[in-house]
Amino acid sequence: MIKTALPLILFLALCALLYVGLGNDDPRKIPSVLIYKPSPNFSMPDLYQPELKFEKDQLLGQVSLFNIWATWCRGCRVEHALLLQLKNQGIKIYGLNYKDNRAAAIELLATTGNPYTKIGSDKQGTFAIDWGFYGAPETFVIDKKGQIRDKIIGPLTVALINTRLMPLMAKLAVE
Amino acid sequence: MIKHCLVILLITFSSLIEAQIFQFTDVQEEQRFNQLTAELRCLQCQNQSLADSSADLALDLKKEIYRMMQAGQSDAEIKLFLVDRYGNFILYLPEFSDNKMLWTLPFVVFVFALISLIIIVRKPSNPVTLSTEEKAKLKKMLENK
Repeated sequence: MIKTALPLILFLALCALLYVGLGNDDPRKIPSVLIYKPSPNFSMPDLYQPELKFEKDQLLGQVSLFNIWATWCRGCRVEHALLLQLKNQGIKIYGLNYKDNRAAAIELLATTGNPYTKIGSDKQGTFAIDWGFYGAPETFVIDKKGQIRDKIIGPLTVALINTRLMPLMAKLAVE
Repeated sequence: MIKHCLVILLITFSSLIEAQIFQFTDVQEEQRFNQLTAELRCLQCQNQSLADSSADLALDLKKEIYRMMQAGQSDAEIKLFLVDRYGNFILYLPEFSDNKMLWTLPFVVFVFALISLIIIVRKPSNPVTLSTEEKAKLKKMLENK
């Protein structure tokens, strides 16, 4: 009995496996290898005052978000309102302005609101490579020691914030 | 028609631009660059290699690879730099040591299947035995024929 049913059982098990695979997250989203690694060292010109530097040290000692964005990036506009909400809840958000026109970036923030505590300007896109960046927007969660603890690829959503960002940040706050 | 011409022109020029960015001192260096970028995956258009891709990020990564080559870094060092940031995903030829199970499992399954096949084929089938009654019947049938 078992012998005859075995192929069927194996077949159904394979079906189940493939079905679960289908339901998985977007395969184009590549999980970051930088989780639990220290965030890369950087010293970028500040967007507003290029003579000033935005450096890694400024991330230390707090739980924060690090958001890679650009004015030409559609997804960044989608999540912009949510970033503003997070800022109003007292969350520190740092920005990396990726391969952008400085004037356009400043103007956009002036008209739609600026959720960022500080923004670094990555004109050549080389700093973003150190973050394993491959498509704006990307949002990293940084712990007090400056380690990367999570990475969200693509625009933030209310669901992502409530189920993933907030619980993690609350946990990191007491770490 | 004009549109098509423009597109063709654009494609031609975009490859020309790339040739302008990357200038090699000799053929060997160029071959090394082409070989290396063919083994690395573009992250924006994931079924293309960096060599094939003209995506923005792919071009930036190629520039980075070119810069590292000029700085005298080895292929292994360049690959490590990229794997540190993007993971094994970026390698079209992942290292054996990181994926032992993935590399060996097909061979294990193949050997298992082969052994099972041999056992099944070589197993003697049950010899058919006839009772005396059946034998008599068979004989009768054959005689009648």
